[in-house]
Amino acid sequence: MARIFAYIEHKGGVAEDSAAELAAAARKIDANASPTAIVTGWGTELDAVCEGLRATYAEVWKIANASLAYPNAELIRKALVKVLPAGSIVLAPHDHFGIDLSPGLSIKLNAAFVSDVTAIDGAEGTYLKLVRQEFGGQVSTHVRCDISSGAVLNLRGGAFKPLDTAPVGGHVIDKSAEVADLVAGRRYLETLVPEAGDVDITKEPVLVSIGRGIQEQDNVAIAQELADAMGAAVSCSRPVVDAKWMPKSRQVGSSGQTVKPKIYLACGISGSFQHLAGLKGSPFIVAINKNPRAPIFQVADVGIVADILEFLPELTNKVREMKKVSV
Amino acid sequence: MDILVCAKRVPDTSENEIELNRAGNDIERDDLVYSVNEADNYAVEEALQIADRTGGKVTVVTVGSDDDEEILRREMAMGAHQSVLLSDDAFTGSDGKGIATVLKAFVQKRPYDLILTGVQAEDGAAQVGGMLAALLDYPFASLVNSIEVLDGKKLKVCREIAGGDKEMSEIDLPCVLSIQTGINEPRYVGMRGIRQVASVEIPTLGAADLGVDAGAVGEAAAKVKRADYFVPALGKGAEMLAGSSEEIADKLIELMKAKGGLN
Amino acid sequence: MFEGVQSPAQATYGPFSGQILFSVLMLLGLACFAYIVMKRMAPLLRAESDFRFDRPLVRLGRLGRFWLGQWKHPRYRFAGSIHILIFTGFLVLATRAFSLLILGVSGSFVMPGFPGMAGHIYDGINDYGATIVFLCMVIAATRRLVFKPARYEVPARYGKGHKADAIFLLGLIAILMLAESVFEGSKAALQAQQGQPVEFLAVLSLPWMFKNAFLSISAPALWDLYRASYLLDVVTFFFLLCYRPFGIQFHVETSLFAVYFAKLDRGTVKPVRWGVTDDQLDKVKSFGVKTFQDFTWKHMLDFYSCADCGRCSDNCPANAVGRPLSPRFLTIKARDYAFQHYPVLGSSNNGTPLIGGIYSEDEIWSCTTCGACEEECPLLIEYIDKIVDLRRGLVDDGNVPKSIQKALKAIESRGNPYGKMEKKRADWTKTKEFQPTCDVKVLNGSNGADTLYFVDSITSFDDRMQSIGQAAARILNDVGENFGILGPAEKDSGHDVRRFGEETLFMALRDHNLEAIKASGIKRIVTSDPHAYNALKHDYKDLPPVEHISQLIAREVKSGKIKFNPAEAEDNSKVYVYHDPCYLGRHNQVYDDPREVLDAIPGVKRVEMARSRDRSFCCGGGGLMLFYEPQEEQRMGVKRVQMAAEAGANVIVTACPFCMVNIEDAIKVSGMEGKMTAIDLAELVDGRLARAVPSPAEIKEEPVMV
Repeated sequence: MARIFAYIEHKGGVAEDSAAELAAAARKIDANASPTAIVTGWGTELDAVCEGLRATYAEVWKIANASLAYPNAELIRKALVKVLPAGSIVLAPHDHFGIDLSPGLSIKLNAAFVSDVTAIDGAEGTYLKLVRQEFGGQVSTHVRCDISSGAVLNLRGGAFKPLDTAPVGGHVIDKSAEVADLVAGRRYLETLVPEAGDVDITKEPVLVSIGRGIQEQDNVAIAQELADAMGAAVSCSRPVVDAKWMPKSRQVGSSGQTVKPKIYLACGISGSFQHLAGLKGSPFIVAINKNPRAPIFQVADVGIVADILEFLPELTNKVREMKKVSV
Repeated sequence: MDILVCAKRVPDTSENEIELNRAGNDIERDDLVYSVNEADNYAVEEALQIADRTGGKVTVVTVGSDDDEEILRREMAMGAHQSVLLSDDAFTGSDGKGIATVLKAFVQKRPYDLILTGVQAEDGAAQVGGMLAALLDYPFASLVNSIEVLDGKKLKVCREIAGGDKEMSEIDLPCVLSIQTGINEPRYVGMRGIRQVASVEIPTLGAADLGVDAGAVGEAAAKVKRADYFVPALGKGAEMLAGSSEEIADKLIELMKAKGGLN
Repeated sequence: MFEGVQSPAQATYGPFSGQILFSVLMLLGLACFAYIVMKRMAPLLRAESDFRFDRPLVRLGRLGRFWLGQWKHPRYRFAGSIHILIFTGFLVLATRAFSLLILGVSGSFVMPGFPGMAGHIYDGINDYGATIVFLCMVIAATRRLVFKPARYEVPARYGKGHKADAIFLLGLIAILMLAESVFEGSKAALQAQQGQPVEFLAVLSLPWMFKNAFLSISAPALWDLYRASYLLDVVTFFFLLCYRPFGIQFHVETSLFAVYFAKLDRGTVKPVRWGVTDDQLDKVKSFGVKTFQDFTWKHMLDFYSCADCGRCSDNCPANAVGRPLSPRFLTIKARDYAFQHYPVLGSSNNGTPLIGGIYSEDEIWSCTTCGACEEECPLLIEYIDKIVDLRRGLVDDGNVPKSIQKALKAIESRGNPYGKMEKKRADWTKTKEFQPTCDVKVLNGSNGADTLYFVDSITSFDDRMQSIGQAAARILNDVGENFGILGPAEKDSGHDVRRFGEETLFMALRDHNLEAIKASGIKRIVTSDPHAYNALKHDYKDLPPVEHISQLIAREVKSGKIKFNPAEAEDNSKVYVYHDPCYLGRHNQVYDDPREVLDAIPGVKRVEMARSRDRSFCCGGGGLMLFYEPQEEQRMGVKRVQMAAEAGANVIVTACPFCMVNIEDAIKVSGMEGKMTAIDLAELVDGRLARAVPSPAEIKEEPVMV
């Protein structure tokens, strides 16, 4: 089995959650695998990340370079090509960075590339058996990937549960010297953060969506609190927009936005045809409604008969508790 | 600025019900309607707007068969100046790299200033743009939702990153960009426009015309292959959660974490 | 005219004889007028053609009714009455005006008059005519200045108010009446003073009053008054004549033509180009109206003919809910554009796009084509065809709102705006609850059904509206109709595709449906969807007779085939009101059949809304309008539900699935759930039909959840 590398994303000196997920995924490829973490960056933040990774990874390759202070995939790709041994398997998160980095990386490494992998069934000789989704998640497909000359795999966030193992106590290897001046045809300028309220619900993976059951404008805050606790955004059905409790940009429906979240909490939404028309892919739909006969329960995955004005605050508290525990 | 847009003909998810076929090894394709991949359509609109501002032509290309001509016509009805079909039996069964290889062969003979693709198509792979750029050694940027032409040599592009943040970069021409939906408001292509281009001749180029090595593309060369389609076993209707509201909340959190919506 | 007092032609004005002065004035005036009219007509000569010369007898009949008979005016009782008086006065005074003018150029002219009493009556009518017109001017000016009716207001975004111009014109007409009356009065006073026979002046008319007032004035002063008032009269007359084409008063001249050439066929939409058949359309370079010259000459004539009365906008539901559409200003802005770009003085400069110039896209997409404006306009000015033409231009340029694009694309791929698969179009006939109650045949070739039930898209696919289709099918079954549906072979009727400007897609849908209908061999068509009804009746050609289900039910109630169960207990608390759908009511004038059906149901208490029948208030629009995201302050449906509540009703009955969508939505949005419900006529009838075995509709307590 080829050597497995995991590309680690990080922010503020802390590795992203994907780091643990990639480690777990590596074990799915090869139960005995000891993946190597690869981290690029600069300065003390990079050092802190590498230090933290020692618990999960036996070997952590650190690539420090001033030009990599901001993760520019074009530069990082060049760096990786310099250090990665031929035939390696590289795991990366399927996110805005992985989409930017990996396809080109696979070409430069002359390796296979599989995107947005949701499950790894195992290896079979020089093939990996993987699972992906297509058509916005409506169907899944088994994929065979020839890894004889290596592979780059982008893994879906949240699809691989981090393993509960004792700290590995790995060591950090500084590979910075192998990466000299990096130059690319794309240069990072700055990051603009949108104004508060500028939420694009079509890009949100988790939505707390409210309907008429929210009953009045002041209650919208209840949904917002839950969304904040969950790291989600609040969307709504048309009556809420018409009542001017939320802006039009939050509306899900045939005359509103089309959303493709992973999880959709339909709170106090009856599930009209026009509203559901805005929900694409196969989100995990949780329906919370006072009315047990609301049509939403026919399309939801999970149903809860409850008054959202009472249940949502409870749920919010529970989520907050959970988050306190996990961090 | 001469712009090339790589487009793909896909079953439109909003007008189709994607279901497994009876054999359970593919999706039911009998009743599918196809159209140009939505992100590619945004890319063509963007190309048209840039060409309007800077002068130049927009060419749309696709790798496929005669069936795929219809999307080329649609994009020409939208305003693209010309289109090309890259078609050859040798290309059948290509994986992403194979497609990119064919496109690379096409591009190499033509000096396009800018190449656009949609960020992803129905298979969600989001790969061809990045692969094409690497094969050509052009700079690349994905998830682009705004383009500003700085001069004949550079663009300023915005990438859409997590949390709705906008990552601004400068990128040298010629380059490849993969375009995110919502970058603009594509103009409507009416039936009349489509009828008017119905009889326009669309050049078709094969492996020999492009100088593509048949061994580098097609099924045999593909390293990634789909074995089948399937639908993971689902429960029936909504699973109604019962118990005290506290118990329900706990169970719900568990379920959401499993789905990757809570971390 | 009496002898004794010299005619103004014979009088002198300074160095000039009256005859010369007035001949010159009149020639100048006429020449000016002719030139102005010629310049005004210039754009019409270069405009698109419009076939309006057919059916002359019908047109003449309508001229009599709407122009001469002022048929629409009493819809606004007070203003209408005033206008009828003014109009009658103008007509009456026309002959006198003519003869008055002759007096200035011919010294020896004698009005071919009527002898004796007939002459007196004729003169009297003229005298009162002038008086009444004068009084009406005063009343009109007072209305404008003091009472300020809301519909005359000009919202800031449309520029400055029109009041000053209105008062100016009213004043000029008043001056004309006064000048004429002073002239007659002074002449009679002179005659009296000189002991000549005094011409007849009607008692208490303006001329009469002036005569009596002037009796004490000296003859020379009278003579001056006489000549001066005549001069004022002529100058005012010709000034008005030449000024009218610069404003709303042009309708005085153009109204006759506007009404004569008005559109005859309700519910239709003009072709893309008159005289260009469908198969020749490929050669047309540009569809629709993009610049001013793309309008037809009749539409340009409409712009000239608008009297700025505001009745259209006053009844426009889009305007009422704050959408950026005001029909009145659609016309006034175009008129001002014409005045500016085709000026009387100077050369024409044209070709600027209208959208983005005088019109905004939202303005044009906001129209639901309800037809309230056209129903109201006393000059029969057309709006829907213009809006459709403007939309055709927008579609041609690819300038279509995203949500509409999505629906159009779905219609193109799947034959319905929801993007649902064609093969599922008849699934509504196979639901668990419905199937046992009624068997619906899907026609396949000519397999022996006489009647086609044309379902159309919303009733086929919308979960809520399917129950309307099911109710209709059960009713057809119960009355023994041998009917069937086209099923997957049916595509969207295209009614609103056409009215949203996508003519080519509409033609494809129409041709497809025509073929399917012909292949089925049916002899008549019935539908529960007024949009489909209108399309089949007016947009499609060569079809067997088409009916709306309410007409069929009404007929079968009368024939006795439909009998109703006795009153129910809950009827005690229910008050029903019928909402006229635009495309059943106003566009096709089916008002009574649904009402007769309701009144035949035992226990049903019915009230009427103030705005009913041809004044019905649009629910918000159907077809593609359901996909449009308008800028508005309120939803039309909400206003309509409030109207129903004001009328004392708690159940709204409608006969259109789109009305049902909008009204049920509005009930929820306005928080009236529990206080107001809505039901379709077919559903209500289905639920009350006396049957041997009760249908599930009767067993079910509540309407379907939305």
